[in-house]
This record gives sequence, structure tokens and C-alpha cells, in this order.
Amino acid sequence: MLAMEYRGPKRVRAVQKPMPEMKHPQDAIVRVLRTCICGSDLHLYNGNVPDTRVGSTFGHEFVGEVVEVGSEVTKVKTGDRVLVPFNIACGECHFCRQGMFGNCHESNTEATAVGAIFGYSHTAGGFDGGQAEYARVPYANVGPTVIPADMDLDDAVLLTDVVPTGYQAAEMAGIQTGDTVVVFGAGPIGIMAARCAWLFGAGRVIIIDQEDYRLEFARNYSYCEAYNFKEMNDPVVFIKKITDWMGADCVIDAVGAEAAGNTMQTITGRKLLLQAGSATALHWAINSVKKGGVVSIVGVYGPTDNLVPIGNVLNKGLTIRANQASVKRLLPRLIDHVQNGIINPKGLITHRLPLEEVADGYRMFSAKLDNCIKTVLLPPTANQ
Amino acid sequence: MKNKTIDPKQIKGWGIDADPKNDPTYPMRDRMNVGEDPDSKHRPASLQPVDTEVLRSIERPNVSAVFGTPEPPRGLSGMIRRAAFKYSENRYRHWLPLVLADRVNVVEGVVSDLLHGHVPNIYAEKGYPVEWKHNRTAFITKMATIALATAGVVALLSSGKSKKKAKKKDYLSRY
Repeated sequence: MLAMEYRGPKRVRAVQKPMPEMKHPQDAIVRVLRTCICGSDLHLYNGNVPDTRVGSTFGHEFVGEVVEVGSEVTKVKTGDRVLVPFNIACGECHFCRQGMFGNCHESNTEATAVGAIFGYSHTAGGFDGGQAEYARVPYANVGPTVIPADMDLDDAVLLTDVVPTGYQAAEMAGIQTGDTVVVFGAGPIGIMAARCAWLFGAGRVIIIDQEDYRLEFARNYSYCEAYNFKEMNDPVVFIKKITDWMGADCVIDAVGAEAAGNTMQTITGRKLLLQAGSATALHWAINSVKKGGVVSIVGVYGPTDNLVPIGNVLNKGLTIRANQASVKRLLPRLIDHVQNGIINPKGLITHRLPLEEVADGYRMFSAKLDNCIKTVLLPPTANQ
Repeated sequence: MKNKTIDPKQIKGWGIDADPKNDPTYPMRDRMNVGEDPDSKHRPASLQPVDTEVLRSIERPNVSAVFGTPEPPRGLSGMIRRAAFKYSENRYRHWLPLVLADRVNVVEGVVSDLLHGHVPNIYAEKGYPVEWKHNRTAFITKMATIALATAGVVALLSSGKSKKKAKKKDYLSRY
């Protein structure tokens, strides 16, 4: 089968790989119909996530058709079209039983701080991802959700990560009616978080980024105010000033380790990997929220090799309000919102490429070329 | 385009999920009352057979019920990874060797390609064709900068070598 393959920092290609095999009675094999490149994939692409092995296939956002199921799979059957949440969750462990599907303890042997994620390094379980023609989906009774017959596959694929993560970012911000919400990062997740902030009753939503085309997109898609931090002396002072010198009620960090805007953070965090990535957005979030406010983190940070293991705060869902989205918990509500026209996920998609052009897709997204917001990859077998 | 004044109530879905009880200081872990379950450490009944080398965090007692197996550790990078997994996720000596192993693994990947008769097209793998198409000026600037920096480093290293040699000669001449 054709699959994306990682070859080293900023080097990927599409190659023929062996078909995935069933390894567990609750496994399913899914023929991928749509898969996306996520902003989080760029951390892998740039070589910033430890234990990202050459030969790995990325891709934690995908939908597909079930082609094979294990003997213990009862919730989906061959022929079902399913959206596959990016977390791999058993549904039975201590954490899954609390709805914390993003923190499953029975899917990742190689780290305890992070649950397993499709195609996201061996630190996140060592599973191949969905940027391929076929993917192995463990715990098929828990994660895969049958796509409603009237739902567009482009909407469905964005329900595997972007929409739930953006939504949970807003949920974790604890927005109260009338609150001012600031979102750092106008990538797909930040744009979706800004859109979802309104669903929780925000009175004002502001998004900050450095790319004018993304800010323009956010204004139109999320109905929010949008500002370029390159035009400010100091984003924190700017936010204080436009919030009557109080600060925002809630701030969402939707950037994570790849943050620009601070030379020292860029050198020590992004280039030398001496800390868990650049903490620029996190600094801005903490410093621009008002006293007693809430900071919600969904930007991905690296693991513990600096003074503060902020990546573990995210992955373990500690009470700073940071976590990987528990997609399964949110899906029923979000599917309703999509079907009722409240959220339009596919409106984020700006590019569609064949899987064969995966290297171009990564470069385009990483370098922010051609006004790229969100890319969908189409495997050759997707139209069969 | 300038920012517009917005009346939030005109946005479809405004306030639909508002929840005053969503108190950010209240721990998420207590919402489901799992604490009342006397036996909350459940595991799936079936365990994936361990038929390949799986590195295990020492912060857990066993292998998880399922795990990924696409790229087992091998070669020099595998040795470094095995060494890293002797330490917990709390230690530098776990993460930094893994970062090093990843870099070694990249070289191993190129060697593996060549051994299999495949010359990797690094230009295409890096997506440079699309960068050339959409971002030509910056691309040329970047390549020129890399070329100059590389030439500078080579020149620096070369000059260093000749100096060292000369020093060695002087040292020996005393005898």
C-alpha cells in the first residue's frame, strides 16, 4: 500500500509499505478515505518530538471504511464508514472511565505522561498513522464512530481532531457569558477555538498570529477580531490595553512548541531543543490573562527536558486546564452542531492533494505557502 | 481588512453550550464520580502478544494492552534508545538520548536506502519543488545562506587543521 514515510527532519515521502496487520482481537483495518496534515504533525516533521523513528507513517486525522475487524469487535463492521478519533483509547482503564479518552493508560507502553496517538512517534505509542491507504485501528469498539449517512467526509475528517480540540480548548477556558477570550495562534485549531468560544457565550473573541492571510481567514470564519503581533511592540501590553488594562478573562494557547516571536525562545527551544519547544505563546498567555483568569493550553509541547515539564501538563490534563482533546466524549455534541449548521468544519480546508504529493503538502503547510490553512490528502484507493 | 464590530448574539449557536457550572478550578477528574468505584483499575481482557521488541517506560509495571510495532529499535539508534529507556520520563538522560537516536536514525535511513539500491531524492522529500513554486525569492536566499555558511565552516575547519599541524612541528623540533 502507499503510505507517507518520515525520513528525517523536514524529509518525508510517499512509498510502498506492507499492509497493516491485525495485532489484537479488538483491532480493525480501515481503508483511508480522507486524511489531513495537522499543525501538530509539524512538530514531528521538524524533528522536535523524541523517538520519531525513520520509516514511521504520520497522520492522526483520518476517516475511512472498515475492511477487516477482529474477533472481539462488535461496534463497527466491515463496510462501515468511520471517523477515527486521534486518541487511541481502551475505554476500560481508570482514565477512560472518567471520559479522559485522551489519557488512556492501556495504549502506550513507552510513556506514561501521554496516551497513544495515531502516527505520533513512539513516545505516543508507536502506532502508524492514517496518511496511508490503510491503517490499523486498535480498540475498534471505542474510538471509531460511524459517520452519519448525510455527513460530508470532509466534515467528518475534521471531527477527528481539529473540531474537538478547538472546542475543548474553549470548554477548558471556562468561558462565562460575556467573557473576553484571546486565542494565540490562527492555525486550524486556533481558528476553531475562536469559533467555538462563541458557543460558550463569549462576549468578545480576539485572535493573534503573525500571518496576515491566516488572520483574514479567522476574521471571516470565526467572526473574531484578529491582530498581527509583528505590528505590536509587545502583545501582552497590547492585550492589556484593549481590555481596559485588565487582561483577558480567558486565554487559549493554540500554538505550542513552534511559536515564533521571541529570538531566545526560538534558539533554545526550537533550534537547539534545550527546552520543550519555544514557550513564547505560553508566556504571552499567562501574562495577558487577567488575575483570576483561565489559561487553556492545547498547543503541543515537548517532553520533560527543561525546568518545567509543560508538555506533561498538557498530556496529563492537569488543572491548568490543558489536555489533548477527548474526542470520543465530545463527538455526539459536535456531530449535532455540524448537522445543525452551527459549525462548518470543511470551511477550513484550503488544499486537497493526492497522497503521492505528501512532501509538497508538508512543505506548503510548514512554510505557510499559497495561503495554506488546512490540507486534505487523498490516498489513491480513496475513490474505489 | 479591518476588524468589524460584532454583536455576538447574531452568531449562530451563540451561548448554546454555556455552562456556569464549568468552574475551571474544579478538577475534571472528579466529575464522573469514578472515585466511588471500588475497583477502578480496569484493564482490557485481551492483551496484544509481545512478538517484537517494545521499549517500556519504567514508570509503568507492564506493557500496555495494545501497542504500536512499526519500527522496532535496531542498529546504533536502537542501542541508544534501549539505553534511554533505562531511565524514567522524569530524567534528561531519557529524553536527550532519544533526540540523539532520532538523528542517528536519519543517517541510518539514508544508508539503508543506499544498501537497498535506492538513492533518496532529498530535494523532493523536503518538498522543495513546491517551495520553489510559491516562495522562490526566499528559497534562493535560504539556499545561498546555507551555501555560504557551509563554505565558511569548511574554510574555518581547514585553516584550523593547518595551524595545528604547524604547532605540532614546532613542538617536535625541540627534540
